[in-house]
Amino acid sequence: MENKKITGAHAFMQALVAEGVDTIFGYPGGAIMPVFDALYDYDKNINHILTRHEQGATHAAQGYARVSGKVGVALVTSGPAATNAVTGIADAMLDSTPMVVITGQVGAALLGTDAFQEIDVVGITQPITKWAYQIRRPEDIAWAVARAFYIARSGRPGPVVLDFAKNAQIQEVEFDYKPCTFIRSYIPIPEVQPTQIEAAAALINGAKKPFALVGQGVILANAEAELKAFLEKADIPAAWTLLGASAMSYDFPLNKGFLGMHGNVAPNMKTNECDVLIAIGMRFDDRVTGDLKTYAKQAKVIHLDIDAAEINKNVIADAPVLGSAKDTLPALTAKVNEAKHTEWIASFEEYQKQEFEKVIQREVHPESGEITMGEVIHKISEATDNKAVLVTDVGQNQMMAARYFNYTETRSVVTSGGLGTMGFGIPAAMGAKMGAPERTVCMFSGDGGFQMTIQELGTIMQEQIGVKMIILNNHFLGMVRQWQEMFFEERYSFTEMVNPDFIAIAKAYRIDGTEVHKREELDAAIADMLKDDKPYLLVVNVEKKGMVFPMVPAGACVTNILLGD
Amino acid sequence: METKLYTITVFSENTVGLLGQITIIFTRRAINIETLSVSPSALKGIHKFTITLYATEDLVSKVVKQIDKRVDILKAYYNTDEDLVFQEIALYKVATDKLLEKGSIEDLIRKYHIRILEMNSDFVVLQKAGHYAETQKMFDELSESVGVLQFIRSGRVAITRSKVERLSDMLDAIQDKYGDK
Repeated sequence: MENKKITGAHAFMQALVAEGVDTIFGYPGGAIMPVFDALYDYDKNINHILTRHEQGATHAAQGYARVSGKVGVALVTSGPAATNAVTGIADAMLDSTPMVVITGQVGAALLGTDAFQEIDVVGITQPITKWAYQIRRPEDIAWAVARAFYIARSGRPGPVVLDFAKNAQIQEVEFDYKPCTFIRSYIPIPEVQPTQIEAAAALINGAKKPFALVGQGVILANAEAELKAFLEKADIPAAWTLLGASAMSYDFPLNKGFLGMHGNVAPNMKTNECDVLIAIGMRFDDRVTGDLKTYAKQAKVIHLDIDAAEINKNVIADAPVLGSAKDTLPALTAKVNEAKHTEWIASFEEYQKQEFEKVIQREVHPESGEITMGEVIHKISEATDNKAVLVTDVGQNQMMAARYFNYTETRSVVTSGGLGTMGFGIPAAMGAKMGAPERTVCMFSGDGGFQMTIQELGTIMQEQIGVKMIILNNHFLGMVRQWQEMFFEERYSFTEMVNPDFIAIAKAYRIDGTEVHKREELDAAIADMLKDDKPYLLVVNVEKKGMVFPMVPAGACVTNILLGD
Repeated sequence: METKLYTITVFSENTVGLLGQITIIFTRRAINIETLSVSPSALKGIHKFTITLYATEDLVSKVVKQIDKRVDILKAYYNTDEDLVFQEIALYKVATDKLLEKGSIEDLIRKYHIRILEMNSDFVVLQKAGHYAETQKMFDELSESVGVLQFIRSGRVAITRSKVERLSDMLDAIQDKYGDK
């Protein structure tokens, strides 16, 4: 290799291979053509999936990253391709998803001249990336790629954008690649401070009613076993955030359910009853906390996080513990006493019973009336032995799925939590299936979100990606409609939808499917969907005015939970 | 919580777009930057930003953490005026004839410790270093007496009073601990 010059595009491919990239989601165009030309020679190393839209490429890369733990890669051209990718980049930023997005860029000589398809990608993406860098010289390629992957995957993961000027793709360079393991201005994992561990352990050892909140930080750190050991030793009940879903198996006895706006009653109520609140790799999002002025005021708060900027951001921590959950949880486990909190844990049951009677019974086990969203989700979860990967779109389908899909394996939930991106579902499911081909991937969407990225059915057809897509069709933008019903005097302003024949569309893409209208048809349709590993569309016509309950209204106290009764 | 003037000091790598990365964090929270001064630091390749803003301590601490988190930022911290030795510099352009009409300018020079940077038949450029209130007081006085043709004030530059860890020592420690051996 020494002294042999290759084009920047080839150097770029070699750098990707050196970083272990085997899958790319992309879409070619003018300013990235030399890279696509080089990609043609790397078909044995890299599987490129041609999506139907650049937004789809980024969400697919996210889905891939979330289930596999690897860095997702999207490759698109300049200008409109880059702006189309912005939604996925922002989504990955808010949900801490490791992703490298490469955008083509006009040649360095044209920069700043309003050249064709030129846009200031670094400027646009700086607020929504961990790092954004423009490669203007071929000599920077190896360095920039190595650094991009290191930054994307290390510490609190996130998206990185490499804006790749066309001249640097064409010009020749001696390729000299070294992986990046150190950046002096960036310490990804803070060192565990024994004093912080001692302080947190003292609070836990003095607690009568400790309660843990589990976020995605546990999954990103691969610390699920460490979490379980910690909770079991000190006998601490725990609940999870939307992105922390699947960090604990659904049948783990200390798993007390889902937090937040549409979470379970018990964990929300217990947040304001516990004496020590232990937040693990979560960021006290407003959808979890509701009104901060009334949030867990009675409790001492321990906050374990890898990101110093999260400490005291929303909730003041009495005992902050900086570090990776992989390191801090075992350190904490070693210092906490074995304990039993039998009575405290049993006190969750009353709320669970109340929620079952008032909400779950009618949502998941209805005996008459129209099909409900909850029963479809529950049936499909059971039909997969609770082992499938759940991908959701955004809205009622997402909250219902988070509530009623069960998880036995980690990295089983791919959803747009922070950004709440409608249209996330289909492309993210493609990426998830590519990232975990041996697993069943079930994607729940509403009729609205499905039509935001419906063109990705073309990608699914071309690549035969065996995703199981379920549309919970209520002919409404359901979550907005629910808010209109509850908070806007039933003024259904632009939320009702006249929908196409989704099955006919799937058929046009040569994807099998079934539409279900009656409860009696549901089991057979689910069995048909899961009979093989091929792509499938199941359209279930559910009740038009279904509501997601419980609900903590936006900005209300977490104990102000509406049950819809 | 009390709003007051804070000074944020940021050390960064000298890369393109760094200022943008910092100002984004102010923009998101709709915070005005009062003054800004950017220059190479004592260490080659490292730039120093000195930013002043009015904020509560709660807010400024969050802003600093979000700045410090950016990959290319080496270190960010905040101080109040009591922690700092700081200075600003102001230039005043006044008409020569108006100034001479006043008769002697010795009293002005003694009072404000002015330096004269340029003088010709049309105008005189006066320089004053000092805190904001001091440069403002001189501006007000000149405006009233002879009129000010042009006025410019620099951003604040500041040095901490406390015996802080030197950036070079911090970088050496990081290199020893995490760097390539």
